[in-house]
Amino acid sequence: MKIDINGTSIGYSSGSGHPEADAPAIYFIHGAGMDHTVWVMQARYFARHGFRVIALDLPGHGKTDGPALDNVDAMADWLRGVIGATCHDASSITLVGHSMGTLICLSLAARFADLADKLVLLGTSAPMPVADVLLDAAQDNDHAAIDMANTWSHSQRSLLGASDNPGTSNLHMGERLLERMADDVYFKDFSACDGFSTEHYDAIHTPTLIITGDQDKMTPPRAGMAVADLLKVSELVHLQGCGHVMMSEQPNQVLDAMSGFVRG
Amino acid sequence: MTDSKHRSPQGMGFDTLSLHAGQVPDPTTGARATPIYQSAAFVFPDSDAAAGLFNIERAGHVYSRLSNPTNAVLEERMAALDHGVGSVVTASGQAALHLAITTILSAGDHIVSSRSVYGGTHNLLEYTLSRFGISTTFVDPRDISAFAGAIQPNTKLIFGEVLGNPGLEVLDIPSLSELAHSHHLPLLIDATFVTPYLCQPIELGADLVVHSATKFLSGHGVVVGGVVVDGGTFDWQSSDKFPTLSEPYVGFHDLVFADEFGPAAFITRARKEGIRDFGACMAPMTAFQILQGLETLPLRMQKHVANALEVATYLEQHDLVASVSYPGLPSHPDYELAQTMLPKGCGAVFSFELKDGREAGRAFIEGLNVFSHLANVGDAKSLVIHPASTTHHRVDEASLRAAGIGPGLVRLSIGLEDSKDLINDLKGGLRAVEKLNKQRASQVAKPLEAVS
Repeated sequence: MKIDINGTSIGYSSGSGHPEADAPAIYFIHGAGMDHTVWVMQARYFARHGFRVIALDLPGHGKTDGPALDNVDAMADWLRGVIGATCHDASSITLVGHSMGTLICLSLAARFADLADKLVLLGTSAPMPVADVLLDAAQDNDHAAIDMANTWSHSQRSLLGASDNPGTSNLHMGERLLERMADDVYFKDFSACDGFSTEHYDAIHTPTLIITGDQDKMTPPRAGMAVADLLKVSELVHLQGCGHVMMSEQPNQVLDAMSGFVRG
Repeated sequence: MTDSKHRSPQGMGFDTLSLHAGQVPDPTTGARATPIYQSAAFVFPDSDAAAGLFNIERAGHVYSRLSNPTNAVLEERMAALDHGVGSVVTASGQAALHLAITTILSAGDHIVSSRSVYGGTHNLLEYTLSRFGISTTFVDPRDISAFAGAIQPNTKLIFGEVLGNPGLEVLDIPSLSELAHSHHLPLLIDATFVTPYLCQPIELGADLVVHSATKFLSGHGVVVGGVVVDGGTFDWQSSDKFPTLSEPYVGFHDLVFADEFGPAAFITRARKEGIRDFGACMAPMTAFQILQGLETLPLRMQKHVANALEVATYLEQHDLVASVSYPGLPSHPDYELAQTMLPKGCGAVFSFELKDGREAGRAFIEGLNVFSHLANVGDAKSLVIHPASTTHHRVDEASLRAAGIGPGLVRLSIGLEDSKDLINDLKGGLRAVEKLNKQRASQVAKPLEAVS
């Protein structure tokens, strides 16, 4: 699906929902190099439960016009504009981010405290430094950047080809999705992650759920737990045997963790 | 990205994946082997989770026509081996081809296919699908320009087999992929004869792959099954040619598969529509037996192709043999292409032509003891068939030749026996042909003897 905001075409999914005008809104914000399709199961769940679901493609990703942005605050400002244009009557707003998307959520919550009612952060770290080898490969638009990040994003079980979703290869799904990226997008995303800092942020009061995977090599659990230090009110859920792309590796456990927090 | 050629992630090696992909020890019992979940249906944890399973928001199993835990291990193993985003297993190879086609084509659509395909495939494309409004143009698999020339405004698919039947033409997948994609068309490849051990079509540019798992994948001639693998490489929204994936599907509450599932759009629709509605699903016992075969696929394929090359080399130098069609031999027209596309070997199915025609073929077959005379390929045991005296026995010689089948053509599927025993057995068959020739010669000589 697409919406047009100020002349910019924005790709998104509603999770096949048909919400009431005042339905609670939930925004899903993907990670580096990805697009809204990583949220398909979570989007469809919340749409069925009456939420106004907007799983977005960030600028230059998926079906949203470019160019891609290269710093997190700029991405957050862009998202704030989208929220303002799409969510006039919502009874509440929840922001759900994955990886780089979690930084966008944190940026919005720190700078615009009244914007969101709840945050859900999957695979987070603040700061979020990116290895030079990955940055260099991304800068060269070298496929090795995809190979490295995709392999590091998956658990041992996924590397061995097993999936909770019958008949699916999470590893190859990740590879194919990232291969859809335009040139320079990955480098801009990784640069944004690498340059992110919370030094100028005040403490965040927005109630927040943090979900970590014990086999997450991109944002290890201890990094997620450190993010909790920024937050006044937070819950933490650790997923066992799960890597960085927890939405596809353990969709049921992610839903179980999210549903009570978001709907409660 | 600039370096956008599809390639596999830096994961486990092929041999490891053949043994492990898709399966971890059973969490309930600790069983190391894949359990056979011989259950038609699966209990819902609660009503909301049940609704979630039907709505594709939760992972799990509902009913074994749609998915089954044993089948899922096989599907995930095949996706891993073929570098796909997912796969669906089916009741047969024919069911896999039907599922692949009907997931994206509808009445009024058109296929451009290699003309050198399995007879059952030809029947499906030429006669059966045409009854449902899907037409096919068949072209020479070696002529990429013929594929291009056959593309029509309503063409939706390019199709071919890695190794043609019966001529063993090697399909130039990279070139055909380039052609297909320049016309916004997906390339579907039947890789039955090669398996992912010898050729991974998705790595070469194909978008979809089908296999008859009855053959080398299971490898022992004990089951019938098929697989469709989705490479996740094709952009179904790059044109308006594929409404089943790019437009709302009323049969699933206006779901737009490409919008919501991205690279997995095709395989999701194949499961949520094709397997759901046509119902050509695989039995879990069959999936288990194919998994047993896959565990030794690398070892078996090495022996298959080594034996095949040895046997083909022997036959090529025999006086009674007119020609051998095996891309592993320098005499084959596609030898050079095979060296690049199939560096591990050219499979173990090939044909050769006896000089002395239909009767010689019959005598040859009946002179064999180790080879089994039957209509199948890809067994651990060596197999043989003489089309002119069996599958095509009613066909006259002119029609046989038009189909690329000479009266003395014999097809072999080379198994895992000792190669010396296979060659000795073939010698027995060839001696039977010699004996027949002598009898024929003596019958011709008798009237002359009478005169003298």
